[in-house]
Amino acid sequence: MAILNVNPTRMELTNLKRKLVTARRGHKLLKDKRDELMRRFMELIRENKALRQQVEQSIKEANRHMALARAVMNDADIEASLMMPMQEMSVEVTEKNVMSVMIPVFETTLKTADGSDIYPYGFAFTSTDLDDAVKYVSDIIPLLLRLAETEKACQLMAAEIEKTRRRVNALEHVMIPQYEETIRYISMKLEENERSATARTMKVKDMLLQQAHSYH
Amino acid sequence: MYKIGVMGDRDSIYGFASAGLDVLPANSGADGAKLLRQIADDYAVIFITEKLASEMETELARYRDKTTPALIPIPGVTGDTGIGMANISKAVEKAVGADILK
Repeated sequence: MAILNVNPTRMELTNLKRKLVTARRGHKLLKDKRDELMRRFMELIRENKALRQQVEQSIKEANRHMALARAVMNDADIEASLMMPMQEMSVEVTEKNVMSVMIPVFETTLKTADGSDIYPYGFAFTSTDLDDAVKYVSDIIPLLLRLAETEKACQLMAAEIEKTRRRVNALEHVMIPQYEETIRYISMKLEENERSATARTMKVKDMLLQQAHSYH
Repeated sequence: MYKIGVMGDRDSIYGFASAGLDVLPANSGADGAKLLRQIADDYAVIFITEKLASEMETELARYRDKTTPALIPIPGVTGDTGIGMANISKAVEKAVGADILK
């Protein structure tokens, strides 16, 4: 591992030591964050998968009812029956902070007070299969929204986990070893300087003594 | 206040209108991408049929890191590609490094 390009001075050494402490603490914190994110992610993704299987099944079922309705009624009539929906769903989005990942929470409101007010047509000229299909679809909406929530959360968390993991690895395998090596390099250089200074003083002392002896 | 929409071919989606979702018909990936850009700010959730979703994957990727809109693939009447499940596997792979849910 390459050492940093710094002057081998005492000041630099103190600075580096301080940086190393910070890097170690950051590394520990990020590692904890990664682990906790991972734990929550695994919980969520399991739920996500189960929900998706359920939703896909239900939608297929709904489509089957719709196909039945289409077989009994003609397309224009179905179109006309569904043209003016009774309901209008709007959604309030709040953000929930999970380990500094902002995940959305959806809260839906319907236009009409009665949630079962879903049939936008009179029953006289439509097939019961259409009623079934409409009922089926409106029943899976809460599931769909829950799926949207978890799936979005999973995507966001996956991105954050990836980012955090990169940071942890960079600290663990690059920054911290680099600091350690540089610190070792500087302290060795300083010791070396010290030793050569001692040697020099001894030498000078010797020379001075020599001079003093041969003086008289 | 945001809206919820369903995007895809007409046959797959117009049943959702009765539940109060907005129906956004789009027949090709290019259509869908164009429509999505226009409306992305108004919608919190847009369900997209798998067939359409697989045709506009690059466009969907642009919204992956944003909180809204959540773009969720759902099966349509025809041409399912399994992209919904594939996305889950992809998320796991991204987070863990390998798909461990198989």
